[in-house]
Amino acid sequence: MNAAPEFEPAAGDTVLAARHIVKTYGGTHALKGVNFDIHRGKVTTLFGENGAGKSTLMKILSGVTTPTSGSIELDGQSVSFSSASDARDRGISIIHQELSLAPNLNVRDNIFMGREIRGATGVDFAEEARQTRLLMADLEEDIDPLTLVQDLRLGQQQIVEIARALSVDSRILIMDEPTSALSATEVEVLFNVIRDLTARGVSIVYISHHLEEALQITDYAVVLRDGAITATANARHINLEWIVRNMVGENFDLGSPPAGYAFGEVALSVEDVSIADASSSERSVVDRLSLEVRSGEIVCIYGLMGAGRTELLECIAGRLQPSGGRILLGGNDISRLSIAERIARGLVLVPEDRQRDGLVQTMSVGANLSLASIGSFVRGMLLSRSQERSLVHASIRDVHVKSAGGNAPIGSLSGGNQQKVVIGKMLTTNPKVMLLDEPSRGIDIGAKAEVFRLLGERATRGLAVVFSTSEVAECLSIAHRIIVMHRGRISAEFGADATKEEIMTASGEAVVSDHEEHRSHHRDRR
Amino acid sequence: MTDASPDRSRSRPRVSADGFSLAKLLLEGRAFFALIAIIIVFSLLSPYYFSVGNFLTMASHVAIFGILAVGMLLVILNGGIDLSVGSTLGFSGVIAGFLMQGVQLSTFGVILYPPVWVVAVLVCVLGALVGLINGVLIAWLKVPAFVATLGMLYVVRGAALLMTNGLTYNDLGGKPELGNTGFEWLGFNRLLDIPIGVLVMAVIALIGSIILNRTAFGRWLYASGGNERAAELSGVPVKHVQVSVYMLSGICAAVAGLILSSELTSAGPTAGTSYELTAIAAVVIGGAALTGGRGNIRGTLVGAFVIGFLSDGLVIIGVSAYWQTVFTGAVIVLAVLLNAIQYRRRVKLPSPAGSPPTSPQKDKAQTADPALEKTAG
Repeated sequence: MNAAPEFEPAAGDTVLAARHIVKTYGGTHALKGVNFDIHRGKVTTLFGENGAGKSTLMKILSGVTTPTSGSIELDGQSVSFSSASDARDRGISIIHQELSLAPNLNVRDNIFMGREIRGATGVDFAEEARQTRLLMADLEEDIDPLTLVQDLRLGQQQIVEIARALSVDSRILIMDEPTSALSATEVEVLFNVIRDLTARGVSIVYISHHLEEALQITDYAVVLRDGAITATANARHINLEWIVRNMVGENFDLGSPPAGYAFGEVALSVEDVSIADASSSERSVVDRLSLEVRSGEIVCIYGLMGAGRTELLECIAGRLQPSGGRILLGGNDISRLSIAERIARGLVLVPEDRQRDGLVQTMSVGANLSLASIGSFVRGMLLSRSQERSLVHASIRDVHVKSAGGNAPIGSLSGGNQQKVVIGKMLTTNPKVMLLDEPSRGIDIGAKAEVFRLLGERATRGLAVVFSTSEVAECLSIAHRIIVMHRGRISAEFGADATKEEIMTASGEAVVSDHEEHRSHHRDRR
Repeated sequence: MTDASPDRSRSRPRVSADGFSLAKLLLEGRAFFALIAIIIVFSLLSPYYFSVGNFLTMASHVAIFGILAVGMLLVILNGGIDLSVGSTLGFSGVIAGFLMQGVQLSTFGVILYPPVWVVAVLVCVLGALVGLINGVLIAWLKVPAFVATLGMLYVVRGAALLMTNGLTYNDLGGKPELGNTGFEWLGFNRLLDIPIGVLVMAVIALIGSIILNRTAFGRWLYASGGNERAAELSGVPVKHVQVSVYMLSGICAAVAGLILSSELTSAGPTAGTSYELTAIAAVVIGGAALTGGRGNIRGTLVGAFVIGFLSDGLVIIGVSAYWQTVFTGAVIVLAVLLNAIQYRRRVKLPSPAGSPPTSPQKDKAQTADPALEKTAG
């Protein structure tokens, strides 16, 4: 922890104070004794990388979850929230990062969901509609109260979400990534609304990945890293560089690119691949992207949420169909092959969400490990149990899964060990190319380092590795090459010697005034 | 009960050590203990209940449901449901009856009398065909399993009624001079004193058990039922598995139809009405989860015996048929209740992440938005 608090606020203007908040999930410490103040009538911005614990802290402050230990003081009184509506009754409301609207209901019903205005004969829809129109006028958005939410574009849905939070007359309003889908003009309107609210004494907590944008609106900046506050400052005294430095910090050593061997042939080649958006045919989530990976090479794809990383990797693995371009594995076109055929030819994907896409919760550790390579222990018609057992044992040893053995239920493992099972499962198929979508998501730093060491070691034996991440520190670990994706394209490409600032700038995280500049930068490096 | 599958507790359903432990048995054996309780209670209530003869008679009643339930188990393990098996059973009987009457080929001016084994094979092919339609509707055309098989329940039943105009084939005996005798063998004969139907059930259960425990297909079935997305990304041909289980379920229904019409020596188009529900009940009592991925043949067979022995016992002690229905229903609800209690304990897993997982759908949706452009500053 490199920074002592650089700014100590006056005690009187603190409306809510969280003290020594600890939150653990299983063995993972999401928050490690956090002190956090919300200032009356001011905007306090919480900065931090994915997984730093921002959303967890906000969920605790808004009553969505309860802390493992620690206390919350509201106006100097110790409080504990039993639920989100309890917190809302005390004047704290939250705009969630994930939209929590019912798409099948109209705007009016969404805004008043759960606290409908009662009239003489049931719900007073006319009054609700009138208030909805007022809210929309405040937000300068021309949305009819009777429009179904599913018919709105995403930015407008976010406006509705904001309107719902505003309709409660909160004293404290928490905004978790409120602008991720808004246009520049909508952001301006939102900022005007925020200034208006703070002038009326409402306290705002603001979270955004768009650092410079957040700097515009905020009064106080708080930086969270790995579940602990690393810096606090008045916004007048800080700049972008300060934020980035405190966000990223001096990280745990995640290794360095394996060296001392030459890369092999081109193992994977992506040629002009486009992927159409599922919700609108004109747009592409991945736009004519090309990429080559040699065997033994480790490539990191960095990008913000929505940059198209997941879609690209799922498309290469065969889950999504490209709308254009082709994918070559060892020089052969595999664009038309099924997932199973691609696995058989040596291309595997470790998916982003291991609970949903990686593991079969109803099966044991061993059955999960052997699932992708069943063919290798079928003798005649039947499975050979002894061969399966030795395969499972070898795999558990190979990827260092800490478990009670192959028969243990998969749910008994920690997140990091579950992730190792998913990786081990794919490694038993002896792949030539391994794609990993956010392999470090939700696992602790030790397991993270172990996963990266494992990948590095496999790379020296000729495995081509492509992994995606949204943490800059991970780009600068084992990757030989770092590719930054922004809005479906490669916005920059760096070697292992890139700096964190360069990478974040190229991803659109810090402000990018001219994309072309980075394209030319990209060309220069080639 | 000749299920030869090795002991597998539900908490660690695969690759288990072939050991035996009392705790595991108690955990898994709810339905089994219920069966023992049923046998003890009815043996005390009626002197006729506890005898080998009665058990064999009851077992032959169970056989029909047991065979249907094995097929149903495969479908339920996959996370689906097959409501069409009762109709397929009836249709199979009708087709068997039709074939036994001789097939008139007017263009050649001949009447074909296929031998019984040909009839049996054709009927099984028919059952597989019904299952194929179910499977294609569900796996490829994305019709929800409940709706697709509900539709097939009506279509197949209608087809059976159309075949006979609502009448019943009574003459299934065949004629020695035509070489098509022996249809009653399935329903009436005994081997080593055991009814053929029971033996058929045992063989089907054994095959099912081997498929589930010892073949790649079985592993694929458990995996795709437990988590289809994970199975697909691990290279499991999930669609083929899905189609196959409905075909196997259809074949099981066809076999049950053959046995039933042989036992009754007649093939009526309404045979097997609502049998699908009994089969589902047997699977559920046997501890399988309707959400897929959990369950085994042994439990399912015990479930079928629980239902069969209970209702036959109620008949023997002279309880009214209306009360029998109430009892059966109560047993089903109780079984599901116990399943819910058992599975609830391990459904919730701690989410180890500080940040909530985001779905790729959301990811996509965000990129979709033209307003993503940021030029502040």
